[in-house]
Amino acid sequence: MTEAGSADDGRRAGELLLVATALRKTYGHTPALDNADFSIRPGEVVAVMGPSGSGKSTLLHCLAGIVRPDAGQVRYRHRELSEMSDAERSALRRGEFGFVFQFGQLVPELTCVENVALPLRLNGVKRKEAERRATEWLDRLEVTDVSAKRPGEVSGGQGQRVAVARALVTGPRVVFADEPTGALDSLNGERVMELLTAAARDTQAAVVLVTHEARVAAYSDREVVVRDGRSRDLEHVA
Amino acid sequence: MSIGHTFLGLLESGPRHGYDLKRTFDARFGHDRPLAYGQVYSTLARLLKNGLVEVEGIEPGGGPERKRYAITDAGITDVERWLAQPEKPEPYLHSTLYTKVVLALLTGRSAAELLDTQRAEHLRLMRELTRRKSGGDLADQLVCDHALFHLEADLRWLELTAARLDQLAKEVTK
Repeated sequence: MTEAGSADDGRRAGELLLVATALRKTYGHTPALDNADFSIRPGEVVAVMGPSGSGKSTLLHCLAGIVRPDAGQVRYRHRELSEMSDAERSALRRGEFGFVFQFGQLVPELTCVENVALPLRLNGVKRKEAERRATEWLDRLEVTDVSAKRPGEVSGGQGQRVAVARALVTGPRVVFADEPTGALDSLNGERVMELLTAAARDTQAAVVLVTHEARVAAYSDREVVVRDGRSRDLEHVA
Repeated sequence: MSIGHTFLGLLESGPRHGYDLKRTFDARFGHDRPLAYGQVYSTLARLLKNGLVEVEGIEPGGGPERKRYAITDAGITDVERWLAQPEKPEPYLHSTLYTKVVLALLTGRSAAELLDTQRAEHLRLMRELTRRKSGGDLADQLVCDHALFHLEADLRWLELTAARLDQLAKEVTK
């Protein structure tokens, strides 16, 4: 953990964990975000939906500190991301954030268990301990049998479960999932969502879920729609 | 679809005869099923009885087709409430939702708001079905999946319509 304060500080029910206000981001002359807001609490799963090109992935990248917004603020547990050094932001992404992308983006030269253990190894955990914890997560994601295989030798669904295990192995407080089931068939996609949301809820991790599929968004607690770079929280509609 | 509410929405732009209401209704929302005259006049009689419309004038000659109907304040409140209220998500809602969207555009209300309200209602039910599915047996899962796929199709229609609102507004108000 890279943050000061007691481990339970950000996990109190109702407290906002990650808050973005009035985010603006332009690529060239194209506005990607135009006054977008977002907030999430510990243990909450929030779906970010919207048409292609609406700015939902840019929002996720700003929230995760991967992209710096032109204006606006992202506050994670009382700290502004913009006030952190690059090294601090990297440490935050490695220690407190987990990532799942549409295509697992596993390291092809490593076995599945080594892939899952990788974030722990980068955080200085010894190989044996890292692989023990990685194996526990592979077991939880129901893919123990692929642990010695390389990513090229497993199916899309199995690879995505390995990617979810890798995102959760460090015990992140926020998981960023960008179209995590986009490359999977319905059955595999649903199982990945069940396992991801169940594991996140057990560990009180918040999940920012970018998806264009309503059936995937139905695993969330609430939905934020992004259109033309502006966000709208549908919890407060009606 | 509620014919009464649709009539009220059409009357908001100005008083009309029963025949004129039927013709406009058939052209905009009737598709292949024009309204029967009996249906038109029984609906108007009900709206009149409930104080939602009033007879603004009767032309010489008598008969129901001679009456001009105008919406009352209570009628405007009623149509406002109907447009703001999301529909219970169920299959084949499109004709009611389409009618609501067109009427919102015709009466200068926010069709985007209406679509978002409906979207939130659909997702609420999808979440409930997803939870039920997670805790259920295979039969529950298959039943819930059937409903989920239908709701998803509705949601895609809501998204597409939201993306085409500007175009639709131009067409219905021209």
